[in-house]
Amino acid sequence: MEHIRLPKVENVKLLDRISHRRRRVGTLYLTATHTIFVESEAGVRNETWVLHSLVCSVDKLAATPSGCPLLIHCKNFQVLHFIISKEQECHDIHLSLQRLSQPESYDELYCFSYKPNVDEKERRQEWDFLDLKADYSRMGLPSSLWKLSPVNQHYKVSDTYPADLFVPESATPPVIVGSSKFRSRGRFPALSYYCKDNHAAICRSSQPLSGFSARCLEDEQMLEAILRSNPCSDFMYVVDTRPKLNAIANRAAGKGYENEDNYSNIKFQFVGIENIHVMRNSQQKMLEVCELRSPSMSDFLEGLESSGWLKHIKAVLDAGIFIAKAVAEEGVSVLIHCSDGWDRTSQVCSVACVLLDPYYRTLRGFMVLIEKDWVSFGHKFSHRCKHVVGDPKEVSPIIDQLLECVWQLMEQFPCAFEFNERFLITIHNHFYSCQFGNFIGNNQRERIELRVHERTHSLWSYLWANRTDYTNPLYRPNHSQTQGLLRASTSPYSFKFWKGLYNRFDHGMHPRQSVEDYLRAIQEETQQLEEHTGEGLHYIREVILILWLITVHSYYKSKEKKKIPPGCFSAFDKSPTVWAPGNNLGLANTPQDYTGGFITGSPCQPKGPDSILLPKSTNQISDASFSNGSDQESGIADLSCRSPLSEDSTRDPDSDEAAYSAA
Amino acid sequence: MLLYIMEFAELIKTPRVDGVVLHRPFMPTVEGTLCLTGHHLILSSRQDNTEELWLLHSNIDSIEKRFVGSLGHITVKCKDLRVIQLEITGMEECLNIASSIEALSTLDLVSLMYPFFYRPMFEVIEDGWNSFLPQNAFKDLESMTDEWRLSEVNKDFSLCPSYPPLVAVPKDFDDETLKKVATFRHGGRFPVLSYYHKKNGMVMMRAGQPLTGTNGRRCKEDEKLINATLRPGKRGYIIDTRAINVAQQAKARGGGFELEANYPQWRRIHKAIERYNVLQESLIKLVEACNDQSHSMDRWLSKLEASNWQTNVKEILTTACLAAQCIDREGASVLVHGTEGTDSTLQVTSLAQIILDPGCRTVKGFQSLVEREWLQAGHPFQQRCAQSAFSNSKPRHEAPVFLLFLDCVWQILRQFPCSFEFNESFLVLLFEHAYASQFGTFLGNSAAERARLCLPEKTVSLWSWVNRPQELERLTNPLYEPNSLVIWPSVAPQSLLLWEGVFLRWNRSSKCLDEAYEEMVHIIEYNKELQTKVNSLRRQLAQLETEDPLLHTP
Repeated sequence: MEHIRLPKVENVKLLDRISHRRRRVGTLYLTATHTIFVESEAGVRNETWVLHSLVCSVDKLAATPSGCPLLIHCKNFQVLHFIISKEQECHDIHLSLQRLSQPESYDELYCFSYKPNVDEKERRQEWDFLDLKADYSRMGLPSSLWKLSPVNQHYKVSDTYPADLFVPESATPPVIVGSSKFRSRGRFPALSYYCKDNHAAICRSSQPLSGFSARCLEDEQMLEAILRSNPCSDFMYVVDTRPKLNAIANRAAGKGYENEDNYSNIKFQFVGIENIHVMRNSQQKMLEVCELRSPSMSDFLEGLESSGWLKHIKAVLDAGIFIAKAVAEEGVSVLIHCSDGWDRTSQVCSVACVLLDPYYRTLRGFMVLIEKDWVSFGHKFSHRCKHVVGDPKEVSPIIDQLLECVWQLMEQFPCAFEFNERFLITIHNHFYSCQFGNFIGNNQRERIELRVHERTHSLWSYLWANRTDYTNPLYRPNHSQTQGLLRASTSPYSFKFWKGLYNRFDHGMHPRQSVEDYLRAIQEETQQLEEHTGEGLHYIREVILILWLITVHSYYKSKEKKKIPPGCFSAFDKSPTVWAPGNNLGLANTPQDYTGGFITGSPCQPKGPDSILLPKSTNQISDASFSNGSDQESGIADLSCRSPLSEDSTRDPDSDEAAYSAA
Repeated sequence: MLLYIMEFAELIKTPRVDGVVLHRPFMPTVEGTLCLTGHHLILSSRQDNTEELWLLHSNIDSIEKRFVGSLGHITVKCKDLRVIQLEITGMEECLNIASSIEALSTLDLVSLMYPFFYRPMFEVIEDGWNSFLPQNAFKDLESMTDEWRLSEVNKDFSLCPSYPPLVAVPKDFDDETLKKVATFRHGGRFPVLSYYHKKNGMVMMRAGQPLTGTNGRRCKEDEKLINATLRPGKRGYIIDTRAINVAQQAKARGGGFELEANYPQWRRIHKAIERYNVLQESLIKLVEACNDQSHSMDRWLSKLEASNWQTNVKEILTTACLAAQCIDREGASVLVHGTEGTDSTLQVTSLAQIILDPGCRTVKGFQSLVEREWLQAGHPFQQRCAQSAFSNSKPRHEAPVFLLFLDCVWQILRQFPCSFEFNESFLVLLFEHAYASQFGTFLGNSAAERARLCLPEKTVSLWSWVNRPQELERLTNPLYEPNSLVIWPSVAPQSLLLWEGVFLRWNRSSKCLDEAYEEMVHIIEYNKELQTKVNSLRRQLAQLETEDPLLHTP
């Protein structure tokens, strides 16, 4: 609280991102955890909540006659443009927010103060929801070929690795320890995925400290052991996910890559994924393109190309496909590494797993995958997502790229995934929100020190509890598309721009009717109908039986009569819940700014019930930023969908008047 | 007829070759006999269960041949953007086949086209030639307003060769006035009614450019005519589909635009929609980009951008939205024209109607729109669709104007997937038939030409075929829920996608997407089935209860 210089400012304007002429006026509040904008218009209470931990940057722009602009960029790609009338107030808000959005220690993070209405027992159960050991036993481990090694208990060998690791049966502790000494950060080769059908395995590590000529017998033995753990294959791939040039440069620093001559029966391969700095700059450039106001098609496509973003996504997917094919089609084991083995390596392992194993395309399976390849293997979430103040060069959207690769696959295989786009976007939000403890810290050891499991809540059980919102209606577990290896296309035209994530808050850009929501509603209705027909048939059979009994009875014996007790079949009498037709989508739909702002003077459209167009709000959790998020969604949508033909009859000074050039 | 057949026979140097191998993307290779007939290239393996290839010669855009030893490879590039390969053994055979295909696919004479020879193998339930008569469309208008009349001033096509015999004009203007106005508009295309917006009585008209020339010629009757569509004290909008400098340049060639001074009640807006060979170039570049095998993301994006196709889509859609906005939101009447009024003008007027009028989003309504705003309105289909993206010949009048319109409709369909009665397949079908068809619907360049060719008597209408239950089933959108509202699409670059169903159709397997579509249909069908079941159970129950008094007697 001590960081809040000004808890409340009145008469603040919130501008629409696309059309600045559309604006809302209201009051801005700063709380310990959120920035809240409450629109002060009679009748409606429209609130926009932004979690401080989601704030990426706060910029105070040069004052204008109408006030002092404050621009807030969020890590979930929301952009808020406020105008605060008094410069001093803007200054205070600016300073407060800058401090609030950059926690200096982990203890300040939202997850440690986030207390939903759940008792301690339930909270502890949340953390039992996912069990990585169960996933390894699903793979058929431990087995005669792979064993659980205690070597990294208490994080003695590698402090960024998990305590529990699977290694080849023949790898002895001295070999493991020796190998770890020859690998950056002690990250020795360990198992990530095992294909029990053909014994091929995906292993991961960091780069070897080979320099120009160094060798390590134990490391060579370690790879040999991995190779021997796949009895069906006489060689293995070693995939360095870096561009060759980067790997060569590392040799000068005593690091580098495996020399094929020193390791028996390896095939070495570079796949050329760029480093975290290139990825950070690339996403930054792409976001600048997303933020352009009324860009032309050329502005957009040129910007997208020069950002290089889709090229990088393609590189990650290409690498994943190479590995998945090696495992599934050749039955060859693969060792993957980059430099430290926690960024590109995690990406490529996960993408390969998603392609290979249908389990990772289910809701629970995808959570397990993130838990396995990212959380446990020490992807540096807190550094990469800038949870606390730190080196800006450590920040990079590596995990965003995983989600995007999966999204691109979902576009190609609409029936293959149990989860939907909303699931990915929600997970993305929480990588950054710090609302749940799952991604706090940079590795398992840090999370144990922070006592995350004792003090915070888990995202996974929250997602599971709300899984109906995240389910893909087209998914069927027995569908042919769902089975086996996904054969993805990596032709450049197969990659799309993910507006659902990067322009998430520009509701005007998204389809106004959602096929998915439509189908979900139908499926819900179908379920009810199934229940009714079941009951109905049962009931009719009963009636017929009774009638027959009555007839027989009355014919042979007395005149005894039976009557169906009223209400015994009430469920059937009730008509099934009428499903609201057509999502009622058109209602809220109002024109965009097609004119460049030259048409003026028509009445403002009343606000449409835009919220019905939006993804269903998922505010089951009280005081969750997500529930607030859905409030802000409807709020923003109201604004952006309002008629551009506003009452404000002055022309927009900066609108493009070229179109209206009367001779 | 015999004469024609002889003519074909002369062109067919080798009618039959055995042992030809056909390669098609994502389909198994077929080996069989290749036959050339007057209108088709047929490849048949003469085995059961193997799909035969029947390709209309008129669908062939270009062919390429090359030899590896005596094995000839013919690459056939089609107007529907499909590319197939034929392997023919024997140099002479291959050369003969190639030159025959080339000759047969470039026949210029309309009367030799396949529709004149095609006999339907199906029963015509409703003759499509009579499905959308202007007088019927006018009846709907009459029920809403009495301010318009149908004029027969063009009944012999003499006043405006590209207009239909019947056009709707303001009631108070007699045919003599119309004749004067026609002399002031490009191609005699005087302003006619395109759309009446029932909600507020505003109208959209279309015309050719006014022939003001460099001297600023004016025509009082023209001014009066369009002013007659305005409500007292109201202003209207003239949407000129050309950029201002293009419109200025048109003056030197006798064309021009409405001067403010002469049309004080109208506000003119210039939009820059591309035309003719610029659009054709754009299509060629786009298709080239889609077929690039380089697998480089940078190259793909820069080629996609350089093709300008998506820019064209955005520009056309934005202009249509603007027209719709003027009518629905501004409560103003609109006049749309470019130069001739047969291309960009029709893109704008027809798309605006899809946005404004729910009727146009039904299968029949959309057919009626194509009939009214494209065929009757004189879009020169035959010229525009003579060649497609693979043509080697220098473009003359070719331009993918109609394809761009369909692309824009697909964009709106993507954004409002439940508001259209038809699905993407219907749009793809129209694209195919506009370029090559067994039906006569898209032959000719105007109503006048179609009348001269006696198409209704001599050919079958596409609508006769489409409007049969078995075809409709395939073309109907299972998600459709009538939406009576105006639908405003987003024209942000992020919202406009590449139309994969046309441009990537032959470049990638659509298996997974087709399966998803089937799954969707299945979910909806199953729901309907259950609903029927529940209803019948309910009826059964009611019946049982009324039929047997025993149940009710206590």
